[in-house]
Amino acid sequence: MKKPEQELAEIKDMMERSTRFLSLSGLSGILAGIYALIGAGMLWYWIYFPASLGVDGGEKLSIREILNRSLLAGLAVLILALGSAYLLSQKKSKKNSQKFWSPASKRFFMALFIPVLAGGLFSFALIHEGYFHFLAASTLTFYGLGLFNASYFTLGEIKNLGLGQVILGLIAAFHPEYGLILWALGFGVLHVIYGSMMYYKYDR
Amino acid sequence: MIDKVKGNYDKAFENVVRLRIMSILMVNEQFDFNSFKELLDVTDGNLASHLRTLENQGYIQVEKSFVGRKPQTNYSATLTGKTAFQEHLDFLENLISQNKT
Repeated sequence: MKKPEQELAEIKDMMERSTRFLSLSGLSGILAGIYALIGAGMLWYWIYFPASLGVDGGEKLSIREILNRSLLAGLAVLILALGSAYLLSQKKSKKNSQKFWSPASKRFFMALFIPVLAGGLFSFALIHEGYFHFLAASTLTFYGLGLFNASYFTLGEIKNLGLGQVILGLIAAFHPEYGLILWALGFGVLHVIYGSMMYYKYDR
Repeated sequence: MIDKVKGNYDKAFENVVRLRIMSILMVNEQFDFNSFKELLDVTDGNLASHLRTLENQGYIQVEKSFVGRKPQTNYSATLTGKTAFQEHLDFLENLISQNKT
């Protein structure tokens, strides 16, 4: 018979590894944050300093133009972030000789993507109905709820990251005028902070 | 004099593969054969024989189904199995706390 301490540790390890998606890469969080900051920075310039880019002869961009550009920038940030998260997490699971697609990772993605998908469609409805100023609030809140929900199936840090996003989202709902700053704080700064925490704790 | 340790050291969980299988089934409603194989890193024959032992003990139950055209074998813990595992855990925990004092 093995030492009871060892046996208990063994049991705990198996319970964790069979229920939690542990290959989530911290580095991909940092990258997602950086993409979001770049995207928000570009948007900031389009809205407040269109002259500095020399577009349209220095005149203010139309609302429609800003909206189109911000949707494109948002989509680019989303695709880049998802792409790096997928590639880096797959690399990490290979390194730890764990399967990327496991019952645990499937549960994690379901828990994350159902709120996020609902949030995405909700945000499109907001655009469709002309409530542009609530976009930061809706994207932050739904994404935060998704993370909070998915945190039960992955590394513990995700829970606080999710809560942070929800809080920023709710502030943005009451103060839409700070939407862009709050969006940059949530999708940019929080991602970088939690990504680096996870990177130092688990990835190295 | 040695006090009797509470809980029960279950021989069925003496083997590390069976202990791991049961740990997984305690926190997962269901788990399929291939996922066990990947997580535990054991051969088909080895895994099948341990699963059969647990099934014969009445600790786990088997459910065969099809996902598309592929057969899938799902396992889940029975109430007997969960109780037995809990007692095994109690035994280990009590043993540790006794050794400390």
